Amino acid sequence: MSAEPAVSVAGLSHRFGDQLAVDGLDLTVSPGECFGLLGPNGAGKTTTLRVLNTLYPPQSGTVRVFGLDVRTDAMRVRRMLGYVPQQLSIEGALTGRENVSWFARLFDVPRRERAARVAEVLQIVDLTDAADRLASTYSGGMVRRLELAQALVNRPALLVLDEPTVGLDPVARDSVWARVQEMQERYGMTVLLTTHYMEEADILCDRVALLHLGRLRAVGTPEELKAALGPGASLEDVFRHHTGESLEGQAKGGLRDVRGTRRTAQRLG
Amino acid sequence: MSVAPAAPPSAWVDSRPRAALRLFSRIGTFCLVELQKLRHDRTELITRAIQPVLWLVIFGQTFSRIRAIPTGDVPYLDYLAPGIIAQSALFVAIFYGIQIIWERDAGILTKLLVTPSPRSALVAGKAFAAGVRTISQAIVVLIVAALLGVSLTWNPLKLLAMLAVVVLGAAFFSCLSMTIAGLVLRRDRLMGIGQAITMPLFFASNALYPVDIMPGWLRALSHANPLTYEVSALRGLLIGQPTNYLLDFTVLIAAAIAGICAASALLGRLAR
Repeated sequence: MSAEPAVSVAGLSHRFGDQLAVDGLDLTVSPGECFGLLGPNGAGKTTTLRVLNTLYPPQSGTVRVFGLDVRTDAMRVRRMLGYVPQQLSIEGALTGRENVSWFARLFDVPRRERAARVAEVLQIVDLTDAADRLASTYSGGMVRRLELAQALVNRPALLVLDEPTVGLDPVARDSVWARVQEMQERYGMTVLLTTHYMEEADILCDRVALLHLGRLRAVGTPEELKAALGPGASLEDVFRHHTGESLEGQAKGGLRDVRGTRRTAQRLG
Repeated sequence: MSVAPAAPPSAWVDSRPRAALRLFSRIGTFCLVELQKLRHDRTELITRAIQPVLWLVIFGQTFSRIRAIPTGDVPYLDYLAPGIIAQSALFVAIFYGIQIIWERDAGILTKLLVTPSPRSALVAGKAFAAGVRTISQAIVVLIVAALLGVSLTWNPLKLLAMLAVVVLGAAFFSCLSMTIAGLVLRRDRLMGIGQAITMPLFFASNALYPVDIMPGWLRALSHANPLTYEVSALRGLLIGQPTNYLLDFTVLIAAAIAGICAASALLGRLAR
């Protein structure tokens, strides 16, 4: 095992105007584990990921990825990351293969390896047959898998997934889960994801952290968290217990979040 | 399902190319992507060609006949053709910022911003990709002008230089568009502003008429307008009108660099 944690977050706070999105967060993710950030809309999950992937410079606190400070070593951190944002973010005017190859170039994958590497990740996500079709003809699940391929093409040590299955139907969701698990087994990479779906966290994650209003409320394996609440408790009960609200009534969520989700849903049409 | 971690991250770190190389690599990447998009959808090439053709065929031929604009020994249509090339490139580039707002709404921009690419390299890549798009435009106008009997140069070096001028102009105007995108952050506002500034940029230049016949205030504006230098260089290259190439290229290169700096500085606003 590497001595450095894959991710270490210490005292991270982040505000947008007068709204405190993340409030003194401490987190450690070990190499090779799949770690889930759970919480209602507006809990600070996406903001945390965006500081971690160097999109937002940390306002206070320290965030390290494999020992590298995101503030001072942003370019090196980016080389180790694969990132799939919440929206379905592919270029519909390009084919699947061109979409992946675009990111291979942006990550400086050497020219002689590029074609093979692109073909390899397309095969992992089961898009070889559709690779030369325009991505605008893909279904929602295929788009998500294509995004995974884009995120994998630079062989990241840490894969960051922001709500990887939001807006997908159950079959597409299963297939995304299967890919994530397969990739983890194949490459031993660390996975950090956010999700609203407790079932997803239960199936995929080795450990989860529950965030509410920018603060860490609980952290542990799904089994530990469920056991702490009592026999027969589900992860959904744990969620309710720590956030004080039901999954359906997430009234506290920011408009930004809702807008993002709706946009995704529209694109999926 | 924890497993042993992947190879130590230090393995990735040493493969970093040098900054200048990376800049050129990013520019090449974005130009290639633009070409791929054009290859998949050629309708834009045709629809975008309609307007410049109308300018040449209707406006150009009519004004040639009434001889209202003093252009010396040069037929008006010949004088106009380089101006219309610049204009059609301007029209493509000035709305290029819409693409970046679309990419932002689609989450693509977020992904681009977390690739190991400095923001200036991303913007420069986009700016020259806009140039690629305008090249196809310029070629269409060139062919139409030749069909209308404009006596253009067919010197390949001059034609290459013409493409360089068009690309530099497109780089500046697309950066202007991306800068506005970074300020207004919304597609509809950018459309409005783009439409509001296109015609003033076009009229306050020497694209349609010589600077000498303009009133003083308009002449001053046209000297501050990079489009004027683009048109001057194009006229020099295509129909052999005397111009100061050093000045033209200096202004175009300086404008493109300034545009890239301004747009990169505002790119972060789009990421929020």
